[in-house]
Order: sequence, then structure tokens, then C-alpha cells
Amino acid sequence: MTRVLALGRAELTLLGRNRLALHVAVLVPPLMAWAMRRSIGGIDGLGLGETGMSLDELALTAGFGFVLLFVVHQNLVSAYVARREELVLKRLRCGEARDPEILAGTALPAVLISVAQCALLAVVGVGRLGMRGPARPDLMVAGLVLGIVVCATLAAVTSAWARSVESAQLVTLPLFLVSLMGSGIGVPPELLPAPVASVCELLPLSPALALMRGGWLGGMGAYAAIGHVMTALAWTGMAVFAVKRWFRWEPRR
Amino acid sequence: MDIGESVIEVSGLRRRYGPEGAAGFEAVRDVSFDVRRGEVFALLGTNGAGKTSTVELLEGLAPPTGGRVRVFGHDPYGERAVVRPRIGVMLQEGGFPSGLTAVETATMWAGCTSGARPVGEALELVGLDGRRDVRVKQLSGGERRRLDLALALLGRPEVLFLDEPTTGLDPQARRLTWELVRELRDGGTTVVLTTHYLEEAEALADRLAIMSEGRIAVAGTPGEVIAGRPSRIRFAMPPGWFVGDLPPLAELGVLHHSELPEARGQVELRTRELQRTLTGLLLWARETGVELEGLDARTASLEEAFLAIAGADATREGAEA
Repeated sequence: MTRVLALGRAELTLLGRNRLALHVAVLVPPLMAWAMRRSIGGIDGLGLGETGMSLDELALTAGFGFVLLFVVHQNLVSAYVARREELVLKRLRCGEARDPEILAGTALPAVLISVAQCALLAVVGVGRLGMRGPARPDLMVAGLVLGIVVCATLAAVTSAWARSVESAQLVTLPLFLVSLMGSGIGVPPELLPAPVASVCELLPLSPALALMRGGWLGGMGAYAAIGHVMTALAWTGMAVFAVKRWFRWEPRR
Repeated sequence: MDIGESVIEVSGLRRRYGPEGAAGFEAVRDVSFDVRRGEVFALLGTNGAGKTSTVELLEGLAPPTGGRVRVFGHDPYGERAVVRPRIGVMLQEGGFPSGLTAVETATMWAGCTSGARPVGEALELVGLDGRRDVRVKQLSGGERRRLDLALALLGRPEVLFLDEPTTGLDPQARRLTWELVRELRDGGTTVVLTTHYLEEAEALADRLAIMSEGRIAVAGTPGEVIAGRPSRIRFAMPPGWFVGDLPPLAELGVLHHSELPEARGQVELRTRELQRTLTGLLLWARETGVELEGLDARTASLEEAFLAIAGADATREGAEA
């Protein structure tokens, strides 16, 4: 644990010195949630009633999704690629830190910021927008934790596809778009046709979003909750397997 | 622990990159050697001879394709948790986050190292204490090498692996590193060093091995490796005099002679009996009144041994081509 903390502290220092990455992590998710609220609010007859959510609730819970996508996934793909290309990962592997410790240490600041961001969103929602508080905080926490784990492990997998920090931005797009359309971040799943929606429930970030939304609004049954947890764990298992098999610790030559 | 106990044992080591057959490349081919506790062991070789590929297997960065490595009697790859706390590694090409300062980098590394020295002490050892708050990207290449060395020393390792530790260092920094390696050796640290600087191996190594094309061509103490290599005499004959005018070379103990093409009249003699050859040559010069210009006599050095091996490679490659 000391090793993870030592690596995390160094990574946090680096993030603090990388203005662009810091701005993306801190400003983009709330801005996206706010922009979504504005744009959807301008459309009449969207059928928001079918979702059982108010506009604020929709935008706020989508904000959790943006936190996972920007703060955890995109940020970590860049971090893993940058450390690999600087030969930092190779150097670290010569020391006592084990492989999972190196990956976890690098992920630590992103995890902390994402938790803080979600807490902040919840406080703003209840305090400023006058929303009722979360009905099932336990489900919300489970959703957030699973979302962070899935995003972080998928970030490690994704980083294998990028050769430079610049191309790292490109390889994060598929998960971003798929999650935006299919995981209930940009489009509420209730608005999708039923067969499509049931397939989309199996996408990587769908369980996290469903759990966080269900936790906030209430009304999610135990059976449904367990199903989402299992889906998220399945994605984590596949991602861990992929990391062990394909993660690149050194630049290609 | 006895003196002379082996801390590293390597036998029949092989490392292959890529697939079987011609598409792959075997960088290490049946390498065996031992490193004893408290000695400085140097691996020498031209670029691409397999030094780094070999050392990476000793460090436990990759499993060997074949053969066996033991460090303190353990498999450095499979039992890295046992081996790592006792070794220090400086890679040929290691990296640090360019946005951290020297002291922040060392602090991070210390957090990953059991029983670490104070960070300031490690930086002082390599002469970087004055640059502690400078970002890595603003350090010179040589300063980064020294930072790398400081990290390798943080855990007070029993065995230190240094892969080309002085490449890119200026002469003064190189001397400083040599001093440090000697001090560490005197303190009981075992050092495995790769280098392509022959004078570095001559200055530091208790024993060495010269690698060529993935194999160990020759190994032993510097004295043993040099032994049997001929000494060299060079001079220029004045105009109008030729090698044929010298006394019969075989009688002087000369193994072979050559006339260097780059300068007219330049002669090079090889002999195992330097004193006898030189005496005969100088007596002849006095009798005939010939002035041997630029006379230069040298006992065999590591360079001779190295060039003989590298030269043999070049000849073989030429023959294969």
C-alpha cells in the first residue's frame, strides 16, 4: 500500500502540473452536465415523462457518467501512455512494486478526483437545485466504485492501442461514443426501443449508470441491482484478463 | 557468507525475440557464467552483442527462452518478490516522469523501496544534491544517468546492475561514477556492469566476459583475458628502407608484421616477446644508423583482445555475405 501511495502522490504532482489534463478532469464533467441540461431543456415533447426523471435528475446523473468517462477513462489512458512512452513503466518494473501496484498507483489521483467530483455533483444537486437526496446511497456507491474499476481497467487495455499521448485521445473515442449513446449518459435508456435497450444494458458503463441512477431515484429491485453488478464484474474480469495479456509496459520499437 | 560464494549463476541461457525460425532473432545463445559476492563483473561487447538482453534476464525483467538464471539461489523472474529488495537496477534506457524534480522522483522511488536510504543521501552519493529541485526534463543526459544511479542505490542493494552507466557522461562525471563503484565494491556490494568502454572495464572489473553475437567469446580476469594476446610495436622506416632490410623477423620473435596502408613506411609488428623483439630491433637500428620514427611499443591491453574478437566477427560476416 505504501508503494501505491508513493506512486499516486507522484502522479498527483504531475497532474497538478499538467494544466490541460487538470482542467479536463475538473471542469469538463460539470460543464457537460450543464450543457446537456440546457440543450435537452430546449426540446419540447422529448417524452421525458417516460423516463420518470426530471430534467435536473437526468442531467445530474449523466454528470456521473461524464466524470467516469473524462476523469477516469480518458485521463488514465493518457497517463498510462505517457508513462509508457517516457519509459517510466519499464523503470518502475525494475523495482519492488508489482505490476498491479504500478497501475493502481498511476490511477490513484484520477480515482480520488472522480469520487470528489461525484460528491460535488450530489451536493450541488441537493443543495442548489433542490433535488431530493439519494434514495439508496449504497447502490450509488456500488455504481460509482464499479464504474471507476471498469473505466480504469479499460483505460489500461485501451492504452495498448495508442503510440503517443496525442493518439491516446483518439482511442478513447469508441468507449466515449458507445457510452454516450448506449449506456444512458447522453440518451436515457428508456427512450431507446426495448430490444436495443436490453442489449445496451450489457455495455461496459451501463451497469454503473443504472446503479447510480437507481440509487439516486430509488425504485430499483434487488434482482435488477444484482444483474447490473454481475455485468460490471464480468467487464472487469475481461478487462483484467486483457491487461495481463496485452498491456504494453514498453514502447514499441 | 563466504567470500567467493556465487551470488549469480547463469547456465545455458538463451533469449529469443519473435517467432521460431528465420523471422525471430536469438539475442542470447547459450551463455553461462558466475558472479561471485563482492566482485565487479563486466560484460563487454559491441552494440548488439547481447549484453543488455542478458542483463535484463538477470534483473528478472523477462523469463529466459532457455537455460537457467539464479540470483541468491532464486529465480529473478518467478520469485521477484524475494530477489528485488536485494538488488538495484540501472537500465540502459530508463525513464522518469519529465515533470517531476530530482528529489520528487527519488522520493517516489524511495516509497517503493524497502529499507531505503534517506533521499538526500542518495542524491549526494551521485553528486546531484545541488540539482535536487530541478525538473527531470531540465537535467542534462549525464545528470539523468546519475539520478538513475541514485535510485538504483536507494535500497542499499547487495547486487547492483549497471547497464552502460557512463554512456553520455563527461569525463569528470565518469571518474566520479568509477570512484563510486569502487567504494560500493569495497563496501561489499556486488556489481554487474555492461559497457562498451574498454578502459572502464579495465579500471573497474575484477572479472569480465566479452560477448559476441549472443555468446561469450572469452571470460576471466582482465589479466587472463589479455594473457596470450601479442604486444605491438609500431614505427616508420625512413625513405629508401624496407621491411626486408630488417633482420629476419622470426629470429626477433615476431609473430607477424604488416605495413600500414595509411602512412608510407609505417610498420607494425606483433610479438609475444616484447623485450626480445625490441632489443633486436634497436640494436639493428644502431648498427645501421636508421632512425625509427614514431617508435611505439605497447603491451597487450583489453583493446587488443576486444578488437581481435570483434575483428573475427567482421571477417565471418564478410565471409557469410
